Amino acid sequence: MKIRQIASLLDTQVLCGEQLLDEEVFSACGSDMMSDVLAYVKDQAVLVTGLVNPQVVRTAMMMDMRCIVFVRSKRPTPEMIALADENHIAVLVSCYRMYEACGKLYASGLGNEA
Amino acid sequence: MAETLKFHYDVDGDNFTSAGAASVEVKRKLRQLGFPAETIRRVSIAMYEGEINMVVHARGGVADVYVEPNCITIILADQGPGIPDIDLAMQEGYSTAPDNIRALGFGAGMGLPNMKRYTDEMKIETELGKGTTVTMKVFV
Repeated sequence: MKIRQIASLLDTQVLCGEQLLDEEVFSACGSDMMSDVLAYVKDQAVLVTGLVNPQVVRTAMMMDMRCIVFVRSKRPTPEMIALADENHIAVLVSCYRMYEACGKLYASGLGNEA
Repeated sequence: MAETLKFHYDVDGDNFTSAGAASVEVKRKLRQLGFPAETIRRVSIAMYEGEINMVVHARGGVADVYVEPNCITIILADQGPGIPDIDLAMQEGYSTAPDNIRALGFGAGMGLPNMKRYTDEMKIETELGKGTTVTMKVFV
């Protein structure tokens, strides 16, 4: 799935990383606990989270992720957006809740493509 | 790269926002040196968890990284309270992190287990009231 499709499915605003929208991603991880995200490396390229602090971006950087989706219309700070932008990570904001956002992505094939 | 490269970082204990900055820097350097992506990821995740631990539990500390062609060694040393029961601290899910840290997405009791999971060797030396030194090795 392209990041552009994620943006569309979750009705998001794109805060940075417009140039990454045509990149293909194959799996995602939904969590507010960064240590849990760090515990299970499986090449997830997308982090879906409702947590807003700079460690979210650092965690995504450590995991070589390409896209962060903030759910429940959570707004990252300008510093977080700048950090993500510098590190080639697209930042999207969705009004959906975590459960719905993950469900929509999964139902559309992200992470369950055989 | 014939000789060992050494990098030294001070980890600021008062600033949770900047925690992880040293790990990001190490990740960048290892990438420049051409290490495999998987090795870089293991080193940087283990060091990142360690850095967060030092900030959360020990008011910061120092990080030394030794880079050799076949092995990367990370030594994290703090002067914090020490770890009373290492076996307990190594259990997944066990955490003594305060609520304000949990609210930031850490304190799930995965830090030390993650550090062990991503490294080939890990040694913890700790003394109550004096501090803790964690030595981790990742073989390339």
